[in-house]
Amino acid sequence: MCATCGCSDDAAVHSHADDHSHAEGSHTVVLEQDVLAKNDHLAGHNRSRLRDLGVFAVNLMSSPGAGKTTLLEQTVHALGASVPLAVVEGDQETLLDADRIKASGAPVVQINTGAGCHLDATMLSRALDTLAPARGSVLFVENVGNLVCPALFDLGEAARVVIMSVTEGPGKPLKYPHMFASTDLVLLNKVDLLPYVSFSVPEFLHDLRHVNPDARVVEISATRGDGLDEWYGWLRRRPDRG
Amino acid sequence: MHEMSITQSVVDAIVSRLGDAEVRSVRLEIGRLSGVVPDSVRFCFDVVCAGTSLQGAELEIDEPPGRAACRDCGAEFGIDDPILLCACGSANVEVLAGRQLRIKSVEVV
Ligand SMILES: Nc1nc2c(ncn2[C@@H]2O[C@H](COP(=O)(O)OP(=O)(O)OP(=O)(O)O)[C@@H](O)[C@H]2O)c(=O)[nH]1
Ligand SMILES: [Zn+2]
Ligand SMILES: [Zn+2]
Ligand SMILES: [Zn+2]
Ligand SMILES: [Zn+2]
Repeated sequence: MCATCGCSDDAAVHSHADDHSHAEGSHTVVLEQDVLAKNDHLAGHNRSRLRDLGVFAVNLMSSPGAGKTTLLEQTVHALGASVPLAVVEGDQETLLDADRIKASGAPVVQINTGAGCHLDATMLSRALDTLAPARGSVLFVENVGNLVCPALFDLGEAARVVIMSVTEGPGKPLKYPHMFASTDLVLLNKVDLLPYVSFSVPEFLHDLRHVNPDARVVEISATRGDGLDEWYGWLRRRPDRG
Repeated sequence: MHEMSITQSVVDAIVSRLGDAEVRSVRLEIGRLSGVVPDSVRFCFDVVCAGTSLQGAELEIDEPPGRAACRDCGAEFGIDDPILLCACGSANVEVLAGRQLRIKSVEVV
């Protein structure tokens, strides 16, 4: 049985070091262990727990201020009456985003990561204990605003969404390739500001294809409403990464 | 900086596998495409090891290069950054190696 989580799974994380080779005074123990094995194992538990509940979990990632919370507020207003929704808010310190979501009417729990720059599978597992999302709901996980670290940590989500806004300037997929490579859907936000900023959508798409040939892209304005029907359609179809 | 929590995971994993055996050195493999910066891990390592059975341990890091295969023309080639572009112009490329992030071995007293 697994001491970490109580499961009966005998994965690499739970095995014992018995591969010894001896030198003078010290000996080498071969471990051959994935650094993220524990996180990935717990993410697997989250994934089957969510699947059993029929919950579609979306890991929502972006730079600070790209529009994650605004998009979630709009989504709760538009879909909240017909689809059960729940939100996990990851933030370094404040309750500000969680309060905004609560005001929009969806159940929400806040995870403060303190100095941490990403959520991990343990944090989501604890959040699920508190939140207890309703059967069949869509669960949004607003990750910490940061285009680097969240990409590395599997939470057990069914799909990943990156929000990128046109005010962030060009070249983002090439500067943050891990984030853009690991996502299923890119929402290009704040297109209402395109007349005022120098941002080329075709260039963005070209750069994106260099790190991710498959991700779907939807151009949206979370404040004006452009593209949101397509986003809601995507959510209703629940395209699981499998 | 996720290297701090990566390094913490390394130390936690070793302590949970080896108990309080005194660790002299740790050998990691950080692939060039893993998204983890070896220098940042080195920077965090001493701090995270302090007060554990790894205190004062040396850190060795292998950095295996990346390899990829093009799904369009079939070519296999080395890559050093995650920009997936084949010489044929296709970005429809599969990463074969270079993403690994592993604890290879430790030397214990
Ligand atoms: N013009 C315009 N402004 C937007 C749009 N979407 C969001 N904003 C504004 O961008 C700012 C940041 O939005 P948030 O929704 O708080 O962004 P966030 O990604 O949740 O931010 P963090 O949680 O701090 O990472 C707010 O002032 C929003 O009103 C949009 O489509 N167009
Ligand atoms: Zn387990
Ligand atoms: Zn927010
Ligand atoms: Zn980080
Ligand atoms: Zn090719």
